[in-house]
Amino acid sequence: MSRESMEYDVVIVGGGPSGLTTAIKLKQLDPNLNVCLLEKASEIGAHILSGNVFETRALDELLPNWRELNAPIKTKVNKEKFLFLSKTKSLSWPTWLLPAVQKNHKNYIISLANLCRWLAEYAESLGVEIFPGFAASEVLYDDNGSIKGIATQDMGIDKDRNKKNSYEPGIDLIGKVTVFAEGCRGHLGKQLIKKFNLNQGKDPQQYGIGFKEIWEVSEKNHQEGLVMHTAGWPLDNNTYGGSFIYHAENKQVFLGYVIGLDYKNPHLSPFDEFQRFKTHPAIKRIIEGGKRISYGARALIEGGIQSLPKMYMPGALLIGCDAGTLNMPKIKGSHTAMKSGILAAETIFEKIKQNKDLSIYEEKFKNSWIYEELYRARNVKPSFSWGLILGIIFTGIDQILFRGKLPFTLRHKHADHETLKPANQMPKIDYPRPDNIITFDKTSSVYLTGTNHTDNQPVHLQLKDPNLPINYTLEKFDEPAQRYCPAGVYEVQRQNEQNKFIINSQNCIHCKTCDIKEPSQNITWVTPEGGGGPRYGNM
Amino acid sequence: MKILVAIKRVIDYNVQIRVKEDGSGVVTDNIKMSTNPPDDNAIEEAVKIKESGKATEVIAVTIGEEKAQETLRKALAVGADRGIHVKVDGAVEPLAVSKILQKIVNKEKPDLVFMGKQAIDDDCNQTGQMLSALLNWPQATFASKIYFKDDKLEVVREIDEGLETIEVSLPAIVTCDLRLNEPRYASLPNIMKAKKKSIEQFNISDLGVDITPRVQQIKVEEPPKRKAGIKVANVAELVQKLKNEAKVI
Repeated sequence: MSRESMEYDVVIVGGGPSGLTTAIKLKQLDPNLNVCLLEKASEIGAHILSGNVFETRALDELLPNWRELNAPIKTKVNKEKFLFLSKTKSLSWPTWLLPAVQKNHKNYIISLANLCRWLAEYAESLGVEIFPGFAASEVLYDDNGSIKGIATQDMGIDKDRNKKNSYEPGIDLIGKVTVFAEGCRGHLGKQLIKKFNLNQGKDPQQYGIGFKEIWEVSEKNHQEGLVMHTAGWPLDNNTYGGSFIYHAENKQVFLGYVIGLDYKNPHLSPFDEFQRFKTHPAIKRIIEGGKRISYGARALIEGGIQSLPKMYMPGALLIGCDAGTLNMPKIKGSHTAMKSGILAAETIFEKIKQNKDLSIYEEKFKNSWIYEELYRARNVKPSFSWGLILGIIFTGIDQILFRGKLPFTLRHKHADHETLKPANQMPKIDYPRPDNIITFDKTSSVYLTGTNHTDNQPVHLQLKDPNLPINYTLEKFDEPAQRYCPAGVYEVQRQNEQNKFIINSQNCIHCKTCDIKEPSQNITWVTPEGGGGPRYGNM
Repeated sequence: MKILVAIKRVIDYNVQIRVKEDGSGVVTDNIKMSTNPPDDNAIEEAVKIKESGKATEVIAVTIGEEKAQETLRKALAVGADRGIHVKVDGAVEPLAVSKILQKIVNKEKPDLVFMGKQAIDDDCNQTGQMLSALLNWPQATFASKIYFKDDKLEVVREIDEGLETIEVSLPAIVTCDLRLNEPRYASLPNIMKAKKKSIEQFNISDLGVDITPRVQQIKVEEPPKRKAGIKVANVAELVQKLKNEAKVI
């Protein structure tokens, strides 16, 4: 059967804040543009996971009347705390000593998933065609090597790649411009960065893994509008990370933990660090007596401007965290992702109407506040490679005294998959067993994500060398995939006196950590059948 | 031949259901909603019958809030010809649903009415049967195979003891089991085409059906958590525990 194709002016891959903003802005600039947007989740928002303390700057530019439009942005930040944790104690850092980028009094505690749902409804009202449940699986090129669109995935293929009765061929979506807005470590974005050398002359990208749980807590422990961050325990001085605790509406607390994926100890389990963190007296007392109602995890970008690839290429733009616009010291990426979407729409409009080259994106980017912001933030994350204490001292000097204007730029030296030390050189970590009240295991956590993939489809976590996990990675690094995966996808099982590497791909919550951290880059995350993966609610 | 297929919008089967704190129901805000799974089988079967040339039109009908139209659009994208949306806010009990469907049947005069064997939200398994009584039509419930035999329908039913084959004359009501078929995917071009298909909308007042609830819901609560198991040393201890602690023998 030959593939059908559909033509649009603009094809957008990904229904997160950057993709949806691009769609809305395009329609504002010219209501006659035909714009379609694909989302691999079963509905918009179902794969979105974020803190989130939201800075409205980009939304103010996009939809200045968002308040009248009843955007789901209600809880203004009214109090802030920053704690240093030791194993049993906590030290409160005075907020006046926090760098300006970490002050949140003008921001809001929101669910980014709900904001995306709202943006999607607005985009649809402007005539944007939104297709949830469809994964873009392949980039299409014209004869000159320029990107002409994407192909959606064939549906109804069994695990041996035979067509099932329900087989439905994918189709080609052709656009004058294609926008890749897949979020951190998008599987097509990754291919494009490589193919077009978009990261030439840039530092290796830096990533983190972020966990989030939503807790319904008792009235007395809830202070709507309170934003709290912590550093320190349970991580050691050499591991980058910290927590967030946001008191949202409806007695909910958004509790999360971020760990830099440049950690060195292969025995470290990010999931278990997060679980252990909740047992700290300063944290436990907030959630005690409450109920965990959601769980999820997602990789995020930490590299900043040094690692930001070129965002344009022939026929396409790479925006938001598919490129990497998150502002790490601010712990925020939604406003910059949205701004990158506004700039993308302006660029595309000028390309279509005035035949300008997509390279004007770079100039627009350099002249906007997003660049200014990321430039000033650039030295914070690399300074933490010296450890937590020195990182904090340097950040104080860099951010408070010099406001990010020091006349040099620190570099990121290693990609995250290069940082693991051999297992026999690093201490084992003994994590406490879950109590099923405050701390939980991976199985019961994944259960809360509503994750499902259609049975009997090809495994979407592909091994370049299927023997490497057992023959090399297990011996050298004690196969860290068993620990860095937040959903228990990877297991090493002993079968008939032999070790076997098991991939439970149906559990995958699409966080992309394996694709990033696997020491030999042996795991490639490709998209499973559209509609699969987690079904996050208000994450 | 015309086939009417009744479908319902329910919380997606993968979503972890959460009971509201006050016990008044379950949380539905920002929760992924989908077509009731056996209703997908009902639509698929109707579309297949149409594709085989035996039916000329497949009409999908749903009862629910404004957003229930999404469910209709999905049915239209996999092959239903047009949709009917009866607008109601809040839950509607099976008897009221049957009465509404009766009005729609009287209006549309289909030869067959298909629907899922039950809805996964309230698990009532009543609507098909009640509609059959109201219309005085034969019913074939829990269908896992359907064959046309001259002017009759032979239906294989999934029952507790195994499979039962019955014959019904038309017009008839068929409620569909999950084993009936494998629902197809909606393709992008068909989703686009579905946007242009017509959906007729009715208000409850247009139909003159009394939907006042007859059942009072007192409380919704989570099932009790299963307690962790214990290991026993021998059969004697097991028997003793079953007798004295569990009190089941």
